[in-house]
Amino acid sequence: MPNVTVRFFARYAELAGCDSTAVRVSGSAATVADVLARVRETIPGARDLPPRPLAAVNLRQVKLDARVNDGDEVALLPPLAGG
Amino acid sequence: MTYLSRSPISVDSLLASVQSPARGGTCVFLGTVRSDDDVTGIDYSAYDDMATAEIERILGEAQERWTNARVTLQHRLGLVPLGEASIGIVAAAPHRDEAFAACRYVIEEVKQRLPVWKKELHADGTTTWVDPSGKQVAGGLRDR
Repeated sequence: MPNVTVRFFARYAELAGCDSTAVRVSGSAATVADVLARVRETIPGARDLPPRPLAAVNLRQVKLDARVNDGDEVALLPPLAGG
Repeated sequence: MTYLSRSPISVDSLLASVQSPARGGTCVFLGTVRSDDDVTGIDYSAYDDMATAEIERILGEAQERWTNARVTLQHRLGLVPLGEASIGIVAAAPHRDEAFAACRYVIEEVKQRLPVWKKELHADGTTTWVDPSGKQVAGGLRDR
């Protein structure tokens, strides 16, 4: 049952109403998609996030089927606009 | 020098970190806030830790591809007024081709990979999140 920290940025932080939250997902093969689903269940504003947002785990961008482990930091990233 | 800064970008400091007598070509890229749609400034925010890690990866890749070049950058965060630079990239190499190529590589990768976001501030007091992908999501993101 991995416990992960989920971080929100920019527009997604506005939608979620917070910058971060702690989430517990079940199963040893939990993925970022599972974390996202859990976030949608627990944070009302997160239901307005797009179906497949960009995501990162431990500072690296990953696909939504990437595995998560206990203690990971999962970030949900709005469309990137650097430069 | 840090890669992310809340102060104006110093091109001189960037240049000092890459130039040497052996490098005869230096390329400077500045991205500045422009005046589209009554924009008075852009508020930049970032996932700081990941942005720093990603910048280090991008600069490392440039170093591997152009081994005689030296490249660095600084990205500004917070409110950047109209006309001021939000990003500065400098590349120095023995010859201009490598300097231009390394500088171009870094800005294109930054655009694709850096977890930085911008909120435009307009003269009428409204704000707009900028979405380079052009997709519309809640909150009225606009193409840029």
